[in-house]
Amino acid sequence: MNIFISFILAILSSMLIDNVVLSRFYGICPFLGVSKKVNSSLGMGLAVVFVILLATLICWPLYNFVLVPAGIPFLDTVAYILVIASLVQLVGLFIKKYSPSLYKSLGIYLPLITTNCAVLGVAQGNTDQGLSFLSSLANALGTSIGFLLIIVVFSCIRVRLESANTPKAFKGLPIALITAALMAIAFMGLQGLFSGIVL
Amino acid sequence: MAREKGYTKKNFLKGIIAENPLFVSILGTCPALATTKTVEAAIGMGLLFTIVLVCSSILVSLLRKLITDEIRTPAYIVIIATFVTLVKMFTNAFLPELYSTLGVFISLIVVNCIVLGRAEAYASKNNVFDSLIDALGMGVGYTLAIISMAFFRELLGTGAFTFGKIFTFIPTVKLQIIPKGYEIMMFQNPAGAFIVFAIILAVIAFIKNRKAELKANLEKQEKIRKAQEAKAAAAAAQAQTANGGDK
Repeated sequence: MNIFISFILAILSSMLIDNVVLSRFYGICPFLGVSKKVNSSLGMGLAVVFVILLATLICWPLYNFVLVPAGIPFLDTVAYILVIASLVQLVGLFIKKYSPSLYKSLGIYLPLITTNCAVLGVAQGNTDQGLSFLSSLANALGTSIGFLLIIVVFSCIRVRLESANTPKAFKGLPIALITAALMAIAFMGLQGLFSGIVL
Repeated sequence: MAREKGYTKKNFLKGIIAENPLFVSILGTCPALATTKTVEAAIGMGLLFTIVLVCSSILVSLLRKLITDEIRTPAYIVIIATFVTLVKMFTNAFLPELYSTLGVFISLIVVNCIVLGRAEAYASKNNVFDSLIDALGMGVGYTLAIISMAFFRELLGTGAFTFGKIFTFIPTVKLQIIPKGYEIMMFQNPAGAFIVFAIILAVIAFIKNRKAELKANLEKQEKIRKAQEAKAAAAAAQAQTANGGDK
């Protein structure tokens, strides 16, 4: 029971308090690039959740059962990026075969995920901090759901921004960044959310 | 290929101003926001980034005839990841403070779109020297861009510039510019990073708009002047024919 509670808390804290985009700055490129429409940001977010989870499931055992026993832990970055790149390809092929409709909505975002720092960042962070397999999984789940949450909320705001009367110089990206700053301030308010709970 | 004179200089300078990777192409935003708390960290990040970019550009350019089109992206990623690992190990050994400050963001240079983008767009099509110059220009442009962001963030957020904490081989210097108690802590937080980036982009957009307006105005005036001249010429011609008719 205790493990279960700490698992949930770990997910929530990496999702809300330590949000990927707003406090760790992973995945800013897709966050700014693919957030003009709610639908596409939802697709991107789901694809990222999928890939981050799979990447963690593969990278953690790869590091602990292959790279460390073989004495080459310094090759982690090279190994991870290869895993992620091939994983993205594979997932793309798989979805294309079994669910063409899902492929249609996710397909164009899949290649972009290889260069999303959130994926490599989570895989690398998990092994750099020496997390256990369960904590790594919680971190991956929380981070990716946090990304999904933020990119969808952000795209909703951006749709409204299109029709707002912004100063000419701030049109487009600058006002979106100001929005992100305000969201970051709002999320700062969640800090210490679980401080009363002893893990 | 015929080369115009001053191509190398132009090639170098384009990365700094006209095609600045951060402020014009909006690439590599993650480290630009994450590692710009202090000017010193930004210098370190820019340095490591430039080293990786230059080395991988040279290697990609050297191998450009060997790497076929189908395996292009994986091959580039492996090349970049190798250099990042090298840089990471060197930093860990010789500048441990920089290593612990930048943390996972050193590894994340691998997925920095600028490096892969330059490999794909430039180094794979041009000779080694040109690729080297292009990579150097882009690296310096990116470094200057993140230093300028860090400048405002450190100045407004802490009120002082501190050097010597990360590069421990220089003596520690602290330049207090804004008196204590007047600094705005927010600029050290993520929100401040977003705001500084937004304002810099807005200023650039403002200057661009202003330039475009001035140019449009000049063109308009030129048009009006030309139209007036043509009118005057036509009137003169008419007057002449009228005069001719009188005679």
